[in-house]
Amino acid sequence: MERKQDSSEGTLQAVALLKTTMLKQSSKSGLNLNPAADKVMVDSRKLRSTGLHSDVSMKDTPTELELTENVCTLAHISVKLSYSYDHLTRVLIKVMDEQPQDVVDVIEDISRDVKRALFEDKQSILRDLPQTTAAELLAEQQRPLFSRPENNEQEDELQQETPLPNVSEIAFYLEQAGVGLGREEMQRIFLALKQLVESQELLCCRLWGKILGTVSSYIVAEAECREGEEEEEPISDEAAEEEERETETQESDENEMDPLPQSTYKPPPVVPKEPIGTGTNKCVYYVCKEPGLPWVKLPSVSPAQIAAARQIRKFFNGKLEAPVNSYPPFPGNEANYLRAQIARISAGTQVSPQGFFQTGEEEGDEEDEAPRDSYEVNSDFEGVPVNEMAESLSTWVHHGHHILPQGRCIWINMAVNSEDLNEEGEAEEKEEPDEPEPEVGPPLLTPLSQDVEMFNTPPWTSKMSSTLTPQHAVAVLRSNLWPGAFAYACGGKKFENIYVGWGLKYAGEGYSPPLPPQPQREYPSDSEITEALDPSLEEEQALKEVLEEQQDAQEELEDTDEEDEDDG
Amino acid sequence: MDSQSLFFSLELVAGSGNTLNVEQRAALQTSLVILQKNYKFQRVLLWGKVLGLKADYFIAQGRGEDEMKDRKNLYSLNCVDWFLLPPATVPLIDQVSSAAKGRFTGDPSHVYEHRDIRRRGDGDEEEEVVTKVNEEIRLAVTVHHIEEEVSVVPRGAFVKSPHGLVQINRSFCGLSYSESGKLDSFLHFSEPKNLKKKSLLETSQLNPAIDFLDVLSDDIPKGSWSLQFECGSKVCVLRSLLWLGLTFYHLPMTPQHGYIYIGDGAKNLDLAFML
Repeated sequence: MERKQDSSEGTLQAVALLKTTMLKQSSKSGLNLNPAADKVMVDSRKLRSTGLHSDVSMKDTPTELELTENVCTLAHISVKLSYSYDHLTRVLIKVMDEQPQDVVDVIEDISRDVKRALFEDKQSILRDLPQTTAAELLAEQQRPLFSRPENNEQEDELQQETPLPNVSEIAFYLEQAGVGLGREEMQRIFLALKQLVESQELLCCRLWGKILGTVSSYIVAEAECREGEEEEEPISDEAAEEEERETETQESDENEMDPLPQSTYKPPPVVPKEPIGTGTNKCVYYVCKEPGLPWVKLPSVSPAQIAAARQIRKFFNGKLEAPVNSYPPFPGNEANYLRAQIARISAGTQVSPQGFFQTGEEEGDEEDEAPRDSYEVNSDFEGVPVNEMAESLSTWVHHGHHILPQGRCIWINMAVNSEDLNEEGEAEEKEEPDEPEPEVGPPLLTPLSQDVEMFNTPPWTSKMSSTLTPQHAVAVLRSNLWPGAFAYACGGKKFENIYVGWGLKYAGEGYSPPLPPQPQREYPSDSEITEALDPSLEEEQALKEVLEEQQDAQEELEDTDEEDEDDG
Repeated sequence: MDSQSLFFSLELVAGSGNTLNVEQRAALQTSLVILQKNYKFQRVLLWGKVLGLKADYFIAQGRGEDEMKDRKNLYSLNCVDWFLLPPATVPLIDQVSSAAKGRFTGDPSHVYEHRDIRRRGDGDEEEEVVTKVNEEIRLAVTVHHIEEEVSVVPRGAFVKSPHGLVQINRSFCGLSYSESGKLDSFLHFSEPKNLKKKSLLETSQLNPAIDFLDVLSDDIPKGSWSLQFECGSKVCVLRSLLWLGLTFYHLPMTPQHGYIYIGDGAKNLDLAFML
């Protein structure tokens, strides 16, 4: 406390002293002193006379002896004031050096200048710490996109057919349709696709779209896998684990005298994945967060994942390894969820002008029931006029496979399959399952006009891109079930599908998560376990009488029997 | 977003997928100038686009002297002819919330009907109440809700004078890169609701000229905003997860900022399940 008071007193005195010297200076330069200033001067003199006199000899501040005295007094008051002391000295030296006309008016400015000069000197010692920003890092990573290939094979490249789509042209038409990711961004994606095609040697590649996430987004490229290429997946971990578990339990059974009761629950058989190249796994998908960052191949999708994805409603996070916290639990991480949603969106929204594709088998009349699962480009396709395409939905057809409720495009009979798996199964089981109704979806290349209306909302909205120049407009199709899915068709044979959105289906009037299943019964309820009322005395007696009567009757019977035997 | 900066700001929010085509942009540049002159607005903003089943509504917003209170919304179906939207009053909001369901149709005169059977006090007498709302009113109410709940400005972009007038801060030169990576540098541009509930300790740090609005980071539920850097990590982009389709952009270190709503005009009520 004391110290603080000291210092504050000191500052006051310092200010007083400063004022004094200033006034003296100004009086020298011919200014009138006002009485207040006089008072200050008197005060300061008093101060000096009260014995705060100094014998510290200051460095020679020139000419004015009194001034030096004042400053010395100040120095004596408090050691803490050394900084303000230094500052005052500097200010005063400056005042005396420059000898300005009206010191009182400019003293604040001089003081500030002195301070600033000191500060600037010090600042030059500090260096800015170079920090790499995210933008710089990204720019470094995107730099290779813009480097030209050095070898001179460009002429050859120009001639041969490239799997790389013309993204600039697509982007131009998409912009007409009111969809896009920004022109520069599209160009970057174009270059990134080129990188992907070159590095993976893909046969066919397409910009599928973009899925927005809460932290970062995914740019998705669709590629057709090469024939004969099989994904080398480790034998599904779950199955292996289960086997291990079974063997373990068997061993423990042998060791223990009193085995724990075994769960009688048998999980329903897992619907097998569709092989790569067919159905939901027809195409492979690569994703990247930003053009220029490495492309990541998504794993193939299993029917269980599609079934779970249908029941949940989750935003994407932006990290492929992130777990999907949901109810019902999703089998897999975000990469699997992303792949499942991509499969669903593709199945629902991949459309083309009618006639562009034709089904593969032309003599398919005999096997009409077999689902048509392949199509080829119709070389005789003439193109449909744009205004017709914008007006009627029947000029558009789905070329994506419908995914059945089972989670596969091609239905598989699980009843048959399970029998094959456990052949040792009892004979009873074989008789049990009825032949299940095969699930049938609409065949390939079904017109959009046959799509089912959900939530009182027509599934598609179609229009022209321009009302003013319809001659050169583009027919635009927007999906209402999958907000963010668009398709355009223009002129003759040009059409494209794209999806830019959150990867969520329109859910109508709010989503309600599925209820948890019924809890398992603790024990089977039958007569042995259920509690009954104790019999009353009368009841017991009645029962006793009945029993006795029965006994008597039996004895009588036996007696007669014996008699008969005796007779015999 | 301001009609003056429309030609480049649309590119910056295009990461959400929706843009306007060239014809619409050109039409807007012409019609918004005329709009500003006719209605004597200080400035005109392109507020957004509400997607309907048959047609889309383009929404413009005119602002007067007070940026907060002098607002008028207009809609157009073709980007050229603009019609004033009625102000959203409490009875209108009630009507819309009870009657309007499903997607916008694209026809302003489409009437939504809702029949409600109410029972009088004594029990047996049943009274059928029919609420009728046309789509124009629904549009006005929806725009009002979106404005109220998710309109965003960076901190410091607007100042409130001692008289209560809210105006653009001409000396605002943008958030720094580190500031723009945090949600508390962004404010709701609507009448504050949480500000008065804050404790003295919290408000002591605030500057009454700048911090007269609610902070985005106080929103419930947490995580109802997605903040990303796009266009080569140079543009700060905020997306609302509550009203899917609202995109805000801000170029750090420049005063450029704005938001646009392009969506189907439905609030994401499932947000709680989706985070």
